[in-house]
Amino acid sequence: MANYSLVVIGCSWGGFHSLREIFNVLPGDFAVPIVVAQHRLAQGPDGLHTSLQSASRIPIADVMDKEPLLGGAIYLAPSDYHTIVEGKYLALSTEEVVQFARPSIDVLFESAANSYGNTLIAVILTGANEDGAEGLRRVKELGGYTIVQDPKSAIRREMPEAALAKVRPDRVLTIEQIGPHLVELCSSKVGGDDGRP
Amino acid sequence: MRTEDLEQLEIDLLLEGVYRRYGYDFRQYARGSLRRRIYKRVLDERVASISSLQERVLRDPQAMERLVLELSINVTAMFRDPTFYLALRTKVVPLLRTYPFIRVWNAGCSTGEEVYSLAMLLQEEGLYDRTRIYATDINERVLQRAEEGVFPLDKMRGYTENYIKAGGRKAFSEYYKAGPRGATFKRDLIENVVFAQHNLVSDRSFNEFNVIMCRNVMIYFDKALQNHVHDLFHRSLINFGVLTLGRKESIKFTSHENCYEAIDGLERIYKKVK
Repeated sequence: MANYSLVVIGCSWGGFHSLREIFNVLPGDFAVPIVVAQHRLAQGPDGLHTSLQSASRIPIADVMDKEPLLGGAIYLAPSDYHTIVEGKYLALSTEEVVQFARPSIDVLFESAANSYGNTLIAVILTGANEDGAEGLRRVKELGGYTIVQDPKSAIRREMPEAALAKVRPDRVLTIEQIGPHLVELCSSKVGGDDGRP
Repeated sequence: MRTEDLEQLEIDLLLEGVYRRYGYDFRQYARGSLRRRIYKRVLDERVASISSLQERVLRDPQAMERLVLELSINVTAMFRDPTFYLALRTKVVPLLRTYPFIRVWNAGCSTGEEVYSLAMLLQEEGLYDRTRIYATDINERVLQRAEEGVFPLDKMRGYTENYIKAGGRKAFSEYYKAGPRGATFKRDLIENVVFAQHNLVSDRSFNEFNVIMCRNVMIYFDKALQNHVHDLFHRSLINFGVLTLGRKESIKFTSHENCYEAIDGLERIYKKVK
């Protein structure tokens, strides 16, 4: 059984509601850091983190460059930057948009996979484009644990469907099942069974 | 050896080779972004691996030039983060009015969007005539483009919106002429601008400045290199000189945290106090 060190979540259209549902069930002492890339408006403060915070016991903040990754925190990719995992730190970049997006889910997932390999959990949620599918493929390739929201339960099904077309994930779950499953995966530090063959 | 470790080794060797062959030092750049850009070169040069890219770059200076361009271009926009420019206008300009002569260093100016934005702002505030802006970048090609002052026409709508939100006092279109090559900006905006090649990694301080603007440049550096550059900036600023960083860069995680006071914390505008 792997000891998981990082959770990354990618979402677009409808992501706000889905994230709230997940955060709502996570305990305040959830020990594994979570990084979220949610496509958001390019300009100005959109209050995303304050609105998400009201559903979460874990503190949420926009990523600052070279911020250390710590347990018990949710990091939100800021608008108009790519968020990149650099080992135990987060870094930002203003490179060109990828898949029409900045933040790009692919960029976050690929960098997280390169740093965390089989101790990474990656989750693709609702969205109306194909960002994240390539990143999830890389996560899987490097032994990470992959979860895709069941397209039938997603507000927009394009993003999870694109991911499923590229990757056979470890789990396909409804939005209600994802939070509890993350708790299960991350709380059992020793022994236990993550259900993988 | 795992594939990721092999890849790390290949990147290390490429960067070491580039440094020893050409003197460009990317060894302390943040690896995540660097890796993406290197793979883009691997793809565009149609070579099979980073090792093959290394061979080509070491033997073909033009391939090296393409690599430098890829590694050093930072995408930006005129009046990116309009509220930052608004804060410059309301909180920094009054400070600058007290100086008879103003030296500004735009470090890592890339294709010049910030230089032109700053020049417009200082012109409108009546400070431009006593200002000299030193716009530097590691990459000569982008400096040439900055000096030409031609920007894509399709960006003008977004830039106009930014300019208005940033407190601009004119019609943005007064600053450029639209033509077949794009929007050509007025030459008087760069009358007091010195474009020069400067490498933040290896070059020294070259003057004393009232303002140093270095936004979204150090995000590509690792922490050790960031601290090195902060040291360079600290030595290049006059007492009470102003340092501005990108919106998501904080002085907080650096070695020089205690040397600055915030003029506007949210907009990352700091004043050197010791």
